[in-house]
Amino acid sequence: MNKILKSIYMPILAVIIAIIIGSIIMLVTGFNPLAAYASLFIGAFGTLPNIANTLANAVPLIITGLGVAIAFNAGLFNIGAEGQYWIGAIVATWIGYSFKGLPWYIHIPFALIGAMVAAGLWGGIVPGFAKAYTGAHEVITTMMMSYVAIYFSHYLLEFGPMMEKGSVPQSPLIKDSAIIPTILRNTQLSYGIFIAIAAALFVYWLMYKTVWGYEMRAVGFNQRASKYAGMNVPLNIVLSLSLSGIFAGLAGAVQILGVQHRLYDSFTSGYGYTAIVVALLAKNNPIGVVFSALLFAALGTGSQYMQLNAQVPGQLADVITGLIIFFVAADKIIEVLKSMFKKQKKEELAS
Amino acid sequence: MSALLEVNNITKMFPKVRANDGVNLVVEEGEIHAILGENGAGKSTLMNIIYGLYRPDSGELKFNGEVLNLSGPHEAIEKGIGMVHQHFMLIPVLTVAENIVLGAEPGGISYNKKKANELIREISRNYHLEIDPDAKVKDLSVGLQQRVEILKAFYRHAKLLILDEPTAMLTPQETEELFGIMRNLKNQGISIIFISHKLDEVKEISDKVTVMRRGKTVGTLNTKETNEQELANLMVGREVVLRLEKSEYNPGDVVLSVKDLTVSDEQNIEKVKNVSFDIRSGEIFGLAGIDGNGQTELIEALMGLRPIKSGVIKYNNNNIEKLPTRERYKLGISYIPQDRQQEGLIMKFSVADNLILKEYKNSQYSKNGVIQYKRVFENASKKVEEFDIRPTDYNLLAGNLSGGNQQKIILAREVGSNPKLLIAVQPTRGMDVGAIEYIHKRLLQLRDEGSAILLVSLELEEIMSLSDRIGVIHNGVIMDILDGKSATREKIGLLMAGSQIEAKKVEV
Amino acid sequence: MKEILLNPQLWSATLAMATPLALPALGGTFSERSGVVNIAMEGIMLIAAFFAVLFAHLTGSAWLGLLGAIVVGMIVAVIFAWAAVTLTADQVILGMAINIFASGFTAYLLNTIFGFSGTPTDTPMLPNINIPVIKNIPFIGQILSGNSVIVYLMIILIFASNYFLFHTNLGLRIRAVGENPEAAETAGINVIKLRYLGVALSGLFSAIGGAYLSIGLLNSFSTDMSSGRGYIALAAMIFGKWTPFGSFGAALLFGFATALSMQLQNSAMSKNIIMMLPYILTVLALVGVGGKSVSPAADGVPYTPKK
Repeated sequence: MNKILKSIYMPILAVIIAIIIGSIIMLVTGFNPLAAYASLFIGAFGTLPNIANTLANAVPLIITGLGVAIAFNAGLFNIGAEGQYWIGAIVATWIGYSFKGLPWYIHIPFALIGAMVAAGLWGGIVPGFAKAYTGAHEVITTMMMSYVAIYFSHYLLEFGPMMEKGSVPQSPLIKDSAIIPTILRNTQLSYGIFIAIAAALFVYWLMYKTVWGYEMRAVGFNQRASKYAGMNVPLNIVLSLSLSGIFAGLAGAVQILGVQHRLYDSFTSGYGYTAIVVALLAKNNPIGVVFSALLFAALGTGSQYMQLNAQVPGQLADVITGLIIFFVAADKIIEVLKSMFKKQKKEELAS
Repeated sequence: MSALLEVNNITKMFPKVRANDGVNLVVEEGEIHAILGENGAGKSTLMNIIYGLYRPDSGELKFNGEVLNLSGPHEAIEKGIGMVHQHFMLIPVLTVAENIVLGAEPGGISYNKKKANELIREISRNYHLEIDPDAKVKDLSVGLQQRVEILKAFYRHAKLLILDEPTAMLTPQETEELFGIMRNLKNQGISIIFISHKLDEVKEISDKVTVMRRGKTVGTLNTKETNEQELANLMVGREVVLRLEKSEYNPGDVVLSVKDLTVSDEQNIEKVKNVSFDIRSGEIFGLAGIDGNGQTELIEALMGLRPIKSGVIKYNNNNIEKLPTRERYKLGISYIPQDRQQEGLIMKFSVADNLILKEYKNSQYSKNGVIQYKRVFENASKKVEEFDIRPTDYNLLAGNLSGGNQQKIILAREVGSNPKLLIAVQPTRGMDVGAIEYIHKRLLQLRDEGSAILLVSLELEEIMSLSDRIGVIHNGVIMDILDGKSATREKIGLLMAGSQIEAKKVEV
Repeated sequence: MKEILLNPQLWSATLAMATPLALPALGGTFSERSGVVNIAMEGIMLIAAFFAVLFAHLTGSAWLGLLGAIVVGMIVAVIFAWAAVTLTADQVILGMAINIFASGFTAYLLNTIFGFSGTPTDTPMLPNINIPVIKNIPFIGQILSGNSVIVYLMIILIFASNYFLFHTNLGLRIRAVGENPEAAETAGINVIKLRYLGVALSGLFSAIGGAYLSIGLLNSFSTDMSSGRGYIALAAMIFGKWTPFGSFGAALLFGFATALSMQLQNSAMSKNIIMMLPYILTVLALVGVGGKSVSPAADGVPYTPKK
């Protein structure tokens, strides 16, 4: 218990500091932070539909976050999850609308697997091999591939092969047989939430209980010792980046099949970037990813409600998100603050 | 002569270690003063204090009679102290001149290349250290890179030059050349601190020797008035036991047979040249040699970590040179790599996880790709007890254990699997005496149980006290293979230095 | 196609689009040469773009707007440097944090200060400059003359940066710190100070680039208007092998891609495909097609001084 407490102490502290700074910003700009946070909380958890929408929002964050966490566990920074998410969404959409007459138990898995394979190749092949054999840094290559993916999808949608007839740049709707049904009517919550939770349990098992996870983590911590132990280091780099892409792609597919049902230009809301934040706050623990995704999902849904009811611009959620990550990354700030505090106390005692 | 540098009662603590403990040292003008000590004796810490990189916790430094209170290397440099680190502090992509003047560029805002080159040519003339100022450092040989380091010190008007293990990376020729330079500098009134753990070199070049042991200075001697045995005793702290108690040499079949093996490094330079030797079961084959004479490349080739150029490696009469590393482990080969933290362990894995680092895939520990943690923990508690790994909690991260206990994890993994062949590279590096004795006992026990052992060490004492046969490697060539009982220090030393003819003479 | 290429508008647009890439690319060169990966340039640009409009609007002077943008941009850069250099936090993660913060913060301020109608239409702009003689040359004059003052400032800064980095003592020291900080420290150089300098310069250049977007090209701020230019600038810097001229060359190439895609507005296919090019080229440069692009050896690695 003590161990768990110790490991979540820093992230919680980061969240608290970020909320305090958020309050200061609101005070300076003339809002009441208590009212704002109250309405944010109600927006996220106040009613059953609100809870459902928060959970729905968490689904892509959990699954993509797992993908990012896998890469981090293997010592790799997949900053291009956004693009892999797009690739997954593209393939799922395409399979979703082009195949007719399939029963749902074939159509849905087909779309999901197709999306996972495509995104896995996208995330794994170029950045993976580039990293493994030329040492090209995966932060840059995954980021670049991400932009390529995003422009590629714009190409498909804007007068491209996936554009629906008409003038709106969007794809056709997927067939009913490919739709993951909604759990609660008039909310976005689909059975995809179970896919997300199953994925988290699976990734936990994979990373901590299997030979494959053992190897990926070993390579992540120390490539040289892993090589000396007889492991295939380049293969593990490629595999972990692919696996990372597979989950980002799954997330895109689940979002299409469960929520959006078609692809359009502004479809992602930056889930691929928030997923990095999710993984970081969870310290790359797959179970932690679920909770950290819930937090950011709540910030997302709550902030919309806050904007309507407390008139505080919803972008405050991004401000808080950025601050949380800043303090998680720069965790030495706590030590600095502590020593400053101690010094001040001493001076007070002295005077 | 008068004292240039005085070190009075310096103490420096690191977390858990007293790296320097009441150290005293006096260096006169124009003398070559050797600091002798084993790895971890505190030599480098002392030098970093003199050079201003570390601040001492207590004690006093005097230079030219003036008390020094250094806040950084720039102040040491200003006073006239120069240092050549064991790992060169050079920037490979910059030119020789840029490296030398860096941090003390000649005047102005703009970099004055002409002036810089001129100054360097002048210094290199004065001190007889030829160099091309416009060459890129990455294109220079190790010996020339060292020369750049020395020039760097003199560009800053050093009166005291600290050379930290300067011969570790040099060929014998380059070493001789360096000694020539050192004598030359001495004649020009420069004082030199020469750090080494090689007795012969200390004997050859120094005027005085200060011996360090476990963070303390244990004595300063005039080199002429001492001998290697006395220095060795001071360094190790007791009469050196040259022969451990060892059962009768009783070799069995050939386990490892290497024939005409040639291996190249990354730059495609041949580092191992036509090497041949056999190791039998029940014997320890020691490989002696100065660091960097092809040992690393040879071992990596034997383990499949580096491709070979030509030759044959046979294990129990089967060719294994094409097998990947893991397959070699599976055949019953074990390997204790040189750098336990970088090569032997995953510091952020638990002790239990580290104990299966090579066997996690075997049916013993995993089924259908799932690790059987019950068995992993059983194994861990057994090994922790058998090899006395402390603390005994195998869920701790390896990085939280002391160096000696980290090495015991590796030992438990590699020796505990009853290998038919064990390749051990510097297995006692940086260990305290107790741990060394334990590891030696284990190796001998393994030998008596019929394993073949290849022991690579830079410590001659270790090689001589354990080995049944000794191969000496120099510049990638096995100079000779000697009988462990009759081999002498002198003879091995000469072979290590590459002198076969001289060695033969000693034999006669 | 020929018509498009002979249209001087394409080429002046290339220059205009290259400027907000070249400036942060130049900044990134300083930062990375000193050993700090600064992806926060995206966020710094965005924040600078906002404050340029804000200060220009409040003071009625575009120049004071630019100055304000620079001050705010450099404050953010120094905070980044403090966390990255002094507290040795992960540079990429920090950069992301700042970018997310910047996106939210500027949008939040836009809404609270200016309301949902956007920034005022009477915000002053930085002037365009006509160059005598050159402006009268046909074709060339239309491209090289009449650009924003920032475009000319950028060109001066490129030459100045190249001189600074490769021909001054301070430049030599910055490069040394990014290659081998330990060696630099033993040569008596203050590694931490120079890394702050590198990051501060990246903040300065990014801030000018950001101000150019909001009060050079336009006279308004809109949400996320930097739209990934900080990242493309990073790509341009890598493609230009961490040199000022190389970065400028890459920025021109990427700017050309953008300008061309604007000209091809109607045929969506070629537009989006062309926009992919900069990213594909950067990946190719990294894996070594056509001479490998090698980063400074200690780039992105925090350094703790020995003392």
